[in-house]
Amino acid sequence: MKAIIATTVLGVIMMFAGLMVDNKKAIASLAAVLFLVLLGVNIYELSCCVADGPQAPFGGMLRIDQTSLWFNTLMTGCSALYILLMGKEIQKVGIHVAEYFALIFFILCGLYLLSSYNTLLMLFIGIEIMSIPQYILAGSDKRNLKSSEASLKYFLMGAFSTGILLMGITLLYGAAQSFDIARMAEVLQGPSLNPLALAGIMFIMVALGFKVSAAPMHTWTPDVYDGTPTPFTAYMATIVKAGAFYAFLRLFHVAFGSLSEHWVMVLAIITAATLLIGNVTAVYQQSVKRMLAYSSIAQAGFMLFAVLAVNSTASQGIILYGVAYSVATIGMFGVLVKIKDYTYDGFNGLAKKNPLLAFVATIFLFSLAGIPLTGGFMAKYYVLLAVVQQAPQTHLLWLVIFALLMAAISVYYYFRVIIAMYFKTGEPELTSEVTVYDKTMLVVTCAIVILIGVMPQLFTGWVS
Amino acid sequence: MMLCLLILLPVIFSIFTFSFAKSNNGAKSMALISTIVTLAVSAYVSAANYTAPMVFDCEWIPLMGTRFSLLADGMSSMLCLLTGIVMMVVMIAQINKEVEKPNSFYGFLLLSQAGLMGVFLASDALLFYVFWELALIPVYFLCSQWGGEKRIAVTFKFFVYTFVGSLMMLAGLLYLGSQSQVPSYAWKDIVHVGASLPADTQQWVFWLLFIAFAIKMPVFPFHTWQPDTYEQSPTPVTIVLSALMVKMGLFAVLRWLLPVVPQGVEYWSETVVILSVIGIVYASCLAIVQTDIKRLIAYSSIAHMGLMCAVAFSHNSIGMHGIMVQMFNHGINITGMWLIVSMIENRWGTRDMTKLGGMAITAPAMAVALVVISLANIALPLTNGFVGEFMLFNGLFAGTIANHMTLMVIAGLGVILGAIYTLNMIQKTAYGEATTMVVAKDLSVNEYLGLAIIICIILVLGFYPKPLLDLTSGIAMMIGV
Repeated sequence: MKAIIATTVLGVIMMFAGLMVDNKKAIASLAAVLFLVLLGVNIYELSCCVADGPQAPFGGMLRIDQTSLWFNTLMTGCSALYILLMGKEIQKVGIHVAEYFALIFFILCGLYLLSSYNTLLMLFIGIEIMSIPQYILAGSDKRNLKSSEASLKYFLMGAFSTGILLMGITLLYGAAQSFDIARMAEVLQGPSLNPLALAGIMFIMVALGFKVSAAPMHTWTPDVYDGTPTPFTAYMATIVKAGAFYAFLRLFHVAFGSLSEHWVMVLAIITAATLLIGNVTAVYQQSVKRMLAYSSIAQAGFMLFAVLAVNSTASQGIILYGVAYSVATIGMFGVLVKIKDYTYDGFNGLAKKNPLLAFVATIFLFSLAGIPLTGGFMAKYYVLLAVVQQAPQTHLLWLVIFALLMAAISVYYYFRVIIAMYFKTGEPELTSEVTVYDKTMLVVTCAIVILIGVMPQLFTGWVS
Repeated sequence: MMLCLLILLPVIFSIFTFSFAKSNNGAKSMALISTIVTLAVSAYVSAANYTAPMVFDCEWIPLMGTRFSLLADGMSSMLCLLTGIVMMVVMIAQINKEVEKPNSFYGFLLLSQAGLMGVFLASDALLFYVFWELALIPVYFLCSQWGGEKRIAVTFKFFVYTFVGSLMMLAGLLYLGSQSQVPSYAWKDIVHVGASLPADTQQWVFWLLFIAFAIKMPVFPFHTWQPDTYEQSPTPVTIVLSALMVKMGLFAVLRWLLPVVPQGVEYWSETVVILSVIGIVYASCLAIVQTDIKRLIAYSSIAHMGLMCAVAFSHNSIGMHGIMVQMFNHGINITGMWLIVSMIENRWGTRDMTKLGGMAITAPAMAVALVVISLANIALPLTNGFVGEFMLFNGLFAGTIANHMTLMVIAGLGVILGAIYTLNMIQKTAYGEATTMVVAKDLSVNEYLGLAIIICIILVLGFYPKPLLDLTSGIAMMIGV
């Protein structure tokens, strides 16, 4: 509640700051400070919630509990990290720097709604608030044709999926006579399932699958991620995705959890397809940025595991996965923006030219590949464990083994970057000098990745 | 606490080496000191076994039911001791060698040592998995950076191969860990849960775990990464791979497979033994036709590991005891073999047997060492290899699987074929005319020292294997029932 208001107000302040301050650097510093303020507000709200218990403001439209606030806090923390790491690069995208930061605040507002919605209307509003600023950010590099293409493509496809989402909501309302997800669970329970409700669930699954780029609704992802200015790709591929996943999980666990026998197999096939397409296509990419786009599809496949398993390990898993994946990917993009040539050859010999950059990139890639002692391993571990625990009912052990084989494939394309950096010779060109500040931020990010891998309980502790 | 030291010492020294030891001499001495100290600690840990095995246990991730728990029973401490000795000998042999970027080279070597110690000591399944991977990563960098011409592709194949295996193992461990009421990965809980699973479940869990171990050992037909990787790696890394890392696979079979899914093991024993025996004969035959000494030893190693694996699935306690002893002996012997190969390569610039010859004339001491170590490798009586191999065949002979007689006879062919390729190798390299014009120096002081340690162990354990047998007898009886 407090955080939702705060992020809106701070976003507006940010926008007006653009009118008054001309200095880009000052704006970026202001944004960093405001994000830390927002993080403070989140922590304060969390501590209030621990003391007073969950709340249901706006006539029960939202239900704010400890888990959703903890998720908000973590995502705000990741956003603050993102701003601190990428602030300089965001300044280079265009002239309306203040607006970019303001839009990121608004995206977070949507994310807060998605983590605590209690009715389908709020889900819809949350998704729209989160998506629309992204359409703008995708096209922020106005003179670049690819950026405009990305924006248009994303907008058209996004609008289309929103239509499907609304259709699904309508059908579900017809079946349950309520938008309230907790009530819906009660009404829909029973021996026979209303076909309207089943159709509604499938529509919503497709629409949310689009948002999290699950196959076969993933086709927009590579082009959009590739065309969008790199700093914004980093945000879209990480925090936004984690938010959409949390919404996905909340709906399917709270409202449709008891109906899981009806949708679990469909989602399992979507998961398998996502893993297969994401991993196999990533192998063939020549540009690291495009590889990361496909890898984000592959990682989405793993996050879908958390939705598949209706238990508490899954909720912990999605939060841990969201954080581990976001931090590692933001870090990797932080390295990527320093490199001029995004192809694999552009990384040749980086270890010699800038050992620190190569080292942190290696840790981020280890985490994405799921090597132990990095966050990625623990995250994968949690979501897979969630499905294994549920295996007696769902019979999805084949999917776990399939996913692990796909993880082995992912080693191929992640390690190609490591091979280029360490074992090939070349003169990589950097876009700008790597300052002490950049180095510090990258090392901090790297330390967080390892911290998640060694002590995951620090990040799942608040999940009830 | 001593057990933590075994893992922490190499890690701390490797961090120091990475950051400060930019010169060759600095890095070498740092690494040597580290390995000597670690060896001392592992000797202490092994000695403690005669009274009570050391344990260490503290909380790690309570939510997942995984603990940071280490246990040094007979088998673990024996393998830690082996790791300590081999790493020290490697560092001694490196004294007169120069490498590029010495700080990373020795840093990674020490890190791999830490990973290996962790694998041998872990008594929590998840901890075991973590170390299993951590041992692999430094080796990946070592091979890719300092290896031969085709190193990048070969190492990558090796890495992906073993990584697929590890992930299968992870799936198996996940399944086992999630089966108990309270999530727990402690060894005894995993054993308890695994053994109480229905037989058909055990049968497929068996393969999830066994594939990882089979790739690591390697057992036919999962061995294809091995000769290439051994050939392309720099010698110190080859030693780590062949003397220590393959033991990880065998160790894992004994600790994390046989007791965990007993009914699965019983069902698949015959298959595994047949595969191993095929591997013995196949690898021995391939060893005979090799001209590159490194590849020859690589294939001979597959044959030796095949025998140990076959016995591991024969359900016999003497055989188990033999495996323990032979794990140690094979580690020592093959280290000696690789050291000599690298000396040959340094002096004559080739590993091709057809171009070598006359070592006994130009470098007599080296030739003597080669002969002694090779004979130990084919298990001549009064060398350490004899004791272990005798027990292994005894175990296979007395085992309970079907057709064990036939299988033992076929496996026995491996000994004969082993003699053929080893003696052939000695003949071509040590004797005959000196075919190259290179005048080679005999052993330098540090090489003397390294080989002397190896040969001492070979002879002492050949005459008096009792300490080694005593150390491992308890655990062998336990697994071999």
